[in-house]
Amino acid sequence: MELILPFLIGILFSASLYLILHRHFFKLILGLILFGLATNLFLFVIGRLTRGGSAIIGQDERVATEPFADPVPQALLLTAIVIGFGIQAFAIVLIKRVYQSFGTTDLDDMNTTDQIEEKH
Amino acid sequence: MFLAILAGFLLAFAAPMLYRWLGKWVYVPMALLPLSIFIYLLTLAPAVLGGNNLGEVQQWAPSLNVNLHFFLDGLSLLFALLITGFGTLIMIYAGGYLKGHPLLGRFYLYLTLFMTAMLGLVLAGNIISLFIFWELTSISSYLLIGFGHDKETSRSSALQALLVTGLGGLALMAGLILVGMAGETYTLSELLERGHVVTQHALYLPALVLILLGAFTKSAQFPFHFWLPNAMAAPTPVSAYLHSATMVKAGVYLLARLTPVMGGTDEWQYTLMLIGGVTTILGALLATQHVDLKAILAYTTISALGLLVTMTGIGTAPALEAMVVFLLAHALYKGTFFLVAGNVDHATGTRDLTQLTGLSGSMRFTAIAALLAGMSMAGLLPFFGFIGKELVYEATLEESPFRWMLFAVSFFSGMVFVAVAIAIGYGVFWRRAVKATPLQHPDKAMLYLPPVILASTGLVFGLLPGFFVTPLLRRAAEAMLGVEQVFELALWHGFNLVLGLSLLTVALGYVVYRFSNRLLSYANRFNGIYRLGPANLYQLSLKGFLAGATKITAAIQNGYLRSYIAAIITAHIALIVLSLWKDGPRLELTNRLQELSQLRMYEVVLLLMIVPALIFLFKSRSRLTSIAVMGIIGYSMALFYILFGAPDVAATQLLIETLTVVIFVLILHKLPAFRYLSHASERYKYVLLSLAFGAMMTYVILIVKQYPLDSQLKAYYGENSYLLGQGRNIVNVILVDFRALDTLGEIVVLAVAAIGILAMLKLRMQKGDKP
Repeated sequence: MELILPFLIGILFSASLYLILHRHFFKLILGLILFGLATNLFLFVIGRLTRGGSAIIGQDERVATEPFADPVPQALLLTAIVIGFGIQAFAIVLIKRVYQSFGTTDLDDMNTTDQIEEKH
Repeated sequence: MFLAILAGFLLAFAAPMLYRWLGKWVYVPMALLPLSIFIYLLTLAPAVLGGNNLGEVQQWAPSLNVNLHFFLDGLSLLFALLITGFGTLIMIYAGGYLKGHPLLGRFYLYLTLFMTAMLGLVLAGNIISLFIFWELTSISSYLLIGFGHDKETSRSSALQALLVTGLGGLALMAGLILVGMAGETYTLSELLERGHVVTQHALYLPALVLILLGAFTKSAQFPFHFWLPNAMAAPTPVSAYLHSATMVKAGVYLLARLTPVMGGTDEWQYTLMLIGGVTTILGALLATQHVDLKAILAYTTISALGLLVTMTGIGTAPALEAMVVFLLAHALYKGTFFLVAGNVDHATGTRDLTQLTGLSGSMRFTAIAALLAGMSMAGLLPFFGFIGKELVYEATLEESPFRWMLFAVSFFSGMVFVAVAIAIGYGVFWRRAVKATPLQHPDKAMLYLPPVILASTGLVFGLLPGFFVTPLLRRAAEAMLGVEQVFELALWHGFNLVLGLSLLTVALGYVVYRFSNRLLSYANRFNGIYRLGPANLYQLSLKGFLAGATKITAAIQNGYLRSYIAAIITAHIALIVLSLWKDGPRLELTNRLQELSQLRMYEVVLLLMIVPALIFLFKSRSRLTSIAVMGIIGYSMALFYILFGAPDVAATQLLIETLTVVIFVLILHKLPAFRYLSHASERYKYVLLSLAFGAMMTYVILIVKQYPLDSQLKAYYGENSYLLGQGRNIVNVILVDFRALDTLGEIVVLAVAAIGILAMLKLRMQKGDKP
């Protein structure tokens, strides 16, 4: 599995970046979500993969005994997932408002504030 | 000296307030300041004239070796007296010239700021503080030229002056630093004694080029002369003060100041003589091509500055003496002329030489000042200008390979000076006219007194050269030469070659004056040459810079989100690939292939769910389908987390995924269907980029997994979660106990996101808001 997962992560990153590079706002959000998933998986795989043993101390024990999963990437992941959700929710509401106000979901129609006028 | 500078800055910024309190009397305190500094300097004069240089140090940035170091020797004293003495007259004159102007207070602010900066420049005893004052004069000059800011020409001229002198200022800074490195000190008095070290140093040539660039831009030497005539857009008091008597001479001052440090070499001499000579001829030539009084005066000023630079370049004792004498004489008569031109402009409303005649009757005192200044400029006996001209001729005629060329240069400019002096000093006022130019208002005392005083000073200095002037100029020349000089100024040198040449100059100058109309008619033929001139080059390069900057900005900041992201990702890939390529480890896959055999059935099933789902996601054109597919991918991830011992992560992932799908469906059900918005060619580019990015990430993980993970955190948390945190779920203990503050931060982020969402939902477009 340790050999297969890097390729899966690569595929996820490729797909998400391609979605992000779209002109369509909706695809951008899909890309963002997928990018988040890929990053989470990346973090998780960088730590050790442990089959079976979860990071929980047994009822009759005072310290965890091997094999147990590395809790540090998991703690990081939990935070990352929740914050990722905050961003997703914000982006989803933003796209709705943008569509209501401008009648478009094309990112290229929303770039006037960032462009300078070229004098000829 | 420090107090004088400080008082200047304080008074400058108080000027607008003083104007509100005192009204038209504001010129009194403004003129009192330079006057009191002038008197203060006079009290210091005996010591300086006795051969003692005065110094004064205020700590400023001792760690950088930059101190507010003041230094007063003959050369500084000459300039300082010129600045404050002339400054007093200009302050009074400006009060009359701009009487009732609503922005007079601001004008005095700029003017006093300039005067103080200029004073600081000539008194600076540290080349870094010299540079700072130098830049201050550029900035205040910019403000003064652009004083009539409602006019387009004023603004563009001000900008031009600032850009040209600012560019020179940058070069000067680099040059001074190089000099400081070569001489191993930034203190002027120490540097003055290390000339032999500096000229031998490897950095000498670059330093020389940079410093000359600074001096030439400031003193309007060819090919940077074009900004000075344009600077005449400033009010006349400014033209008289900055652009003839003081600021443009800062470049000359710098050259004179650094003569003992950098002078004496062939590079120094030839460059100064060449550039100075070309400027002298060019300025004189162009002066004959104009009818605007101020333009004529500006071009003769350029010519005079060229002559000063040439004299500095010759560098012999007689040449440097001639240089200081001519400098003083020029300041006196040219300042007067500018003030006279201002009076005429003010009273008649025109500066066109061809329309001004017979003003001697209506503007008696101005006419007298013009006559006196004209005679000094023409180099007639017994005026100070005569002494200056004689000395210049003498210096150029000394034994040297270039003597005839140098003499021709000074003779040519002398001729034109005579013609201009006659045209303004005599033509405008005293030539008999059928009908004198009508006046809009009579001559005023505040306007005619300063030029009369200046012009008579020229006469007094000429009649009594031994009194005060000679010792002062002698010390000034000594400061440049570095050795004691015997130096006597006399009005009458007897009948000799130089006197004959002087007379010839006057005679030929009169001829030039007689034919000035014919010379003017050639003006049109030169238009073709102007088009190739540096002024045009300036315009072209300015336009080029603006267009280039716009193009670059438009290319980089193009407003397309995807190109920003593409740029970020590309840079990211490039950096990582580069560092892995250079000294990264090599990937070894062969001995890890047996890991594949440990693959379990349900893991393969998960893979088989995710990859087809991704393909489906790309194929789908419906929003609802793609949301559902996203759900599948998310749930597969959650299952995967369960398989590898992360039940908490899996639970969170399941919850979040469900929530996301719900929000998506609730909020986005009204959006239109997908379309392909981009061109196929563009998509291929992005496909390639995405694939490269994915491949790189895969490679990075494979490399990382090649090494054992050495984490002590896992063991620490495993041992202490229960003992210290009283919890059996280690992940939970980390989140709420060991790293509780991080979790608080996370909650804050969520709260902020929620507030943002609420604000967006509540936001309603107001009527008239542009989308």
